[in-house]
Amino acid sequence: MNGTAWGLALLQALLYAALAPLLAGWVRKLKARLQNRRGAPLLQPYHNLYKLFSKEARMAHTASLLFRAAPYIVFVAVWLAASSIPLLTTGLPTAAIADVIVIAGLLALSRFFLALAAMDVGTAFGGMGASREMFVSALAEPAMLMAVFTLAMTAHSTNLASVVDYQLVTNQEVLRPSYLFALAGLVLVALAETGRIPVDNPSTHLELTMIHEAMILEYSGRHLALMEWSAQLKLMLYGTLLANVFFPWGIAQGTGLLALGQGLASVVVKLALLGAALAVCETVLAKMRLFRVPDFLNLALLLALLGLLSHVILEVGI
Amino acid sequence: MSLDPVPLLQQLMLVLAAAALFTSFVLLEQARLVSAIHAFAWQGVLVALVTLLVAISGGYTHLFFSATLTLCLKALLIPWMLHRLVRRLELDRHSEPLQRPALVTMAALALVLFSYWLVLPIVQQELMFTRNIVAVSLAIVLIGLLMMVARQQAVAQVLGFMSMENGLFLAAVSATGGMPLIVELGVAFDVLVAMVLFGVFFFQIRASIDTLDVDRMNRLTEQGDEP
Amino acid sequence: MTAALWSAGLATGLALLSSALSLLTARNPRSLRLLVMPVFGLAGLVALCAGLLALTQGGVATATLPLGLPWLPWRIRVDALSGLFLSVIGVVSLAVGIYGPGYVRSFERGRDSLPALGGFTGLFLTGMLLVVLADDAYLFMVAWELMSLSSYFLVVFHHDSAANRRAAFLYLLMAHIGGLAILLGFGVLASFGGDFTFTAMRSAELSLPWASVAFTLAFFGFGMKAGLVPLHAWLPEAHPAAPSHISALMSGVMLKVAVYGFIRVVFDLIGQSHWQWGVAVLAIGGVSALMGVLYALLQNDLKRLLAYSSVENLGIIFMGLGLAILFQASGHGTLGAVAFVAALYHTVNHALFKGLLFLGAGAILHSTNERDLERMGGLLRRMPWTGLFFLTGCISISALPPFNGFVSEWLTFQAALQAWQLDSGVLRSLVPVAAAMLALTGALASACFVKVFGVAFLGQARSRHVRRARPVPMSMRVGQGMLAVLCLLLGVLPTTFIGLLGGVTRQVLGQALPQATAHGWLWLTPIAPATASYGAPLVALALFTGLGIGLWVFGRGNRRVRRCDAWDCGFAPPAADMQYTATAFAQPIRRVFGLLFHIEETVTPQENGPPRYRLNVRDRAWGLFYLPVARTVERAARQVVRLQSGNVRIYLGWSLATLVLLLWIMA
Repeated sequence: MNGTAWGLALLQALLYAALAPLLAGWVRKLKARLQNRRGAPLLQPYHNLYKLFSKEARMAHTASLLFRAAPYIVFVAVWLAASSIPLLTTGLPTAAIADVIVIAGLLALSRFFLALAAMDVGTAFGGMGASREMFVSALAEPAMLMAVFTLAMTAHSTNLASVVDYQLVTNQEVLRPSYLFALAGLVLVALAETGRIPVDNPSTHLELTMIHEAMILEYSGRHLALMEWSAQLKLMLYGTLLANVFFPWGIAQGTGLLALGQGLASVVVKLALLGAALAVCETVLAKMRLFRVPDFLNLALLLALLGLLSHVILEVGI
Repeated sequence: MSLDPVPLLQQLMLVLAAAALFTSFVLLEQARLVSAIHAFAWQGVLVALVTLLVAISGGYTHLFFSATLTLCLKALLIPWMLHRLVRRLELDRHSEPLQRPALVTMAALALVLFSYWLVLPIVQQELMFTRNIVAVSLAIVLIGLLMMVARQQAVAQVLGFMSMENGLFLAAVSATGGMPLIVELGVAFDVLVAMVLFGVFFFQIRASIDTLDVDRMNRLTEQGDEP
Repeated sequence: MTAALWSAGLATGLALLSSALSLLTARNPRSLRLLVMPVFGLAGLVALCAGLLALTQGGVATATLPLGLPWLPWRIRVDALSGLFLSVIGVVSLAVGIYGPGYVRSFERGRDSLPALGGFTGLFLTGMLLVVLADDAYLFMVAWELMSLSSYFLVVFHHDSAANRRAAFLYLLMAHIGGLAILLGFGVLASFGGDFTFTAMRSAELSLPWASVAFTLAFFGFGMKAGLVPLHAWLPEAHPAAPSHISALMSGVMLKVAVYGFIRVVFDLIGQSHWQWGVAVLAIGGVSALMGVLYALLQNDLKRLLAYSSVENLGIIFMGLGLAILFQASGHGTLGAVAFVAALYHTVNHALFKGLLFLGAGAILHSTNERDLERMGGLLRRMPWTGLFFLTGCISISALPPFNGFVSEWLTFQAALQAWQLDSGVLRSLVPVAAAMLALTGALASACFVKVFGVAFLGQARSRHVRRARPVPMSMRVGQGMLAVLCLLLGVLPTTFIGLLGGVTRQVLGQALPQATAHGWLWLTPIAPATASYGAPLVALALFTGLGIGLWVFGRGNRRVRRCDAWDCGFAPPAADMQYTATAFAQPIRRVFGLLFHIEETVTPQENGPPRYRLNVRDRAWGLFYLPVARTVERAARQVVRLQSGNVRIYLGWSLATLVLLLWIMA
């Protein structure tokens, strides 16, 4: 592993952290435009993060050391998971840890500590947010892993770089029913896991409608900045997963400068389109009540299962 | 297990067949009657498209006619008639959620697996992948029958019956390259007549027992005939 | 290898010694913690060394003991498989031996019999060691009985409570039914092998129907001991009733001895593998895993919750074993080895983290005298070290990186994902569905342990005696710490441990996993690097470095954090009873999965005061399985009662008839 490859891996990780607020700002701006407002500037999330980092952090009397350490753990886990997904190119050394199950595990780790931090303060909000978050993620997990398995059964690997390379090689097999079903299932799971409408409202402050916001209610200052940044990173993680795994055209496979530039341009375009689709979806749909979320996630599981069944029935020769 | 690179047309056929299977699941789960009719219409469209693609790739000219017939009948005429019927029966806001949805969905998935296993020994025809579409169409037939078992509303039962017919048509198209035209015309008009008769009967049933719930019809035995 | 055999013998001898020494505690109560427990721990240490020696050296060593019947002496044998389980028994016993002195101190002034506690603990360990060492069915069954009986006496240690007595009786009953099934299984094998020794059974040629009979009997018997659904009813009753360090031994080690028995009989002695067996084991394992974790989520008693969680983890282990049988039967030996290694790794992991969690529950019980989650809270302040170690256990059992639970779950998923190589399309769809169920189980387990840690250790204390929890003695902290460190080690260095496990797969399945560790200690590549790889040390390093940098950049010096009140919406300050309770935390899941349980929820309004809410969750297996079986047995017994006429001459008549019949058969 030469130095430039590792340097590029580090650059990719930094690029993730740098671009995540931009994606969140883009979605917010488009939503505002769709609602006939002008909306906050595109770079507003950066201003928010900067402001929060310079503010004082405060803790409740009842909170313990875990409350203080949790934002760092959550951020590092999500960042590590995001950095391993191929963003610009698949030829990096971090591709070796880009195993989908490892990524799911790291996201589960961040969710675990987020829920614990919510319960640490000893208020009803935290408990409610933690309970709902674990409930939604418990139902989303089988759907996500089922969709991933459908991909893995086709590409014979759970390593994301291998899956993307396989996709690029068998280029003409775009219209595969299993992929389309898995894509649909993963889109629904991504909506649930990133806390977007119709599962959770990312901009609400009413306790009866919160899941993610209820968990980070007590945080302030730099802790809150890290938590918000993790949420934006998670959105970018799912976006890149959908964009680069299901529509891999444009991603580089080596480390040449031209290829990298092409990879960057294509991923920016793909993320912009996905962000636009998310903004439209959030504007058109309404948030569901909590006990309709199982139906939503059961639909995701059904789609993923149909993807697996179509792979077994329709796609394998004999 | 290696996947041979399949040309674009056949890929499209596979996608459409899988989408037709998905619509039969949607038909099974859908609580609202009007949405179920729309799902059935989409299933008709998908079946017609598959027929069209088989016609193009295999060069069967009579299948073009079948595709158009299916499209007009299954995707346009019959859903329109059902919609009109539902509006006249004042059921258009009716919604009947499935009892035990988890069990019914698992049964439907088991039926899909079962039809796949059943079709395995069938000798392949000239188009290799159509053997797999036969599995999907058999699954659509079985899920249509499951829908007739699981649902209580009479109109929903009609939809299940029609979806069974869709599945049989798809099986015929994909396995043998379509039935002879006479047979298809005959079947199509039979279905149309069945629709008209259903319309007449539903009014009669509702007039006599004041509901279209199929479970209530077991009261029409010799013991008692009051609802 | 003979060194391993001698060490194992020494460990057994030390266990018996600790049992004998506990007779002294009648006169001198302090000798329980000063003499008996250290000897017990030493026995565990020697067993661990014996196991590691057996794993690293390879080969087989046997010996014949001058005990048993003249024509049927007891044989013992040490090989890689028994070495692995010796290490598992040893490490948990060592931790319990270190933890014990602090814990049993509170029993010294109690009314319960101390010699019984020490004596039966030693006998329990002896029984388990002998089961793992046995090389013939006779010694195996004697040791199995010893294990069951001594654990019965330990479960009923606090015999004042009627609930404990009932739980112990149920445990004894089911242990004996299971033992009977195992004995019958050995009978089938012995009738084909001609002898009761394992060597004879191994070389026996069984026809498929008889092999299936033997398999079913062994699965029933060992599955009942391992606590698979629906034979699990004794687990959530018996494990909470016993003292906490015994619960750690029972849940952490005894269940693993049942797994050992299953592997020994099915993989080694019967030696055949058929896909129907694999599917059956996979299905029952999957159902146990899901039902176990769902029941665990609904419990408020900490130890009962941990017991149900053991049901879940044993289900996961059997899922791995089922996959191994399935792949072996289809001719994919390497994949079978991967699934087998996943199951073995999870066995070791579960022993470690479940032992740790039960020791933690014991520490909580010792400090607060409380087992009910609804009365705990805020314990992290009073017991920081216990809290840290318990958190390690919770993270490990939720299968999160970088700890050990994640490695075994990752390996199980990788094995399940190779189902595309199977020939049958039906199996190719069912195995991923089982894997999805495993994913659901993992996510629900994570939710369960967020509930446990969040309600017990975080927030505010919900009752006065919890607010004034006593500090935890040093020995208890060290015992837990040892297991926590091992959890981290097994998570960060999986390749080393899989290298150790390679000997077991080679011996049992005839297959090794060379490429698992082929890419150095850094990468775990069970099948091929392009297929899947897990760089455990890298992930752990990245996590800890990131955490360290973050805390250093932001947390040092004058970047203080000021304390303030929690947000209260402008109303009264948040009190302890405004927090989410454990029941409330599990409510969404209870509502969605409600059909699987028998739930009775009543709200009765009172005249003066708030309305009363009562929630009762019962195991459906009681109504569907146990009560009908009990009723049938009772009815059959009533029929047999007719034989009891009370007349002496009729009894003598029965004896005469039986004697004549036997003589006629023998002739």
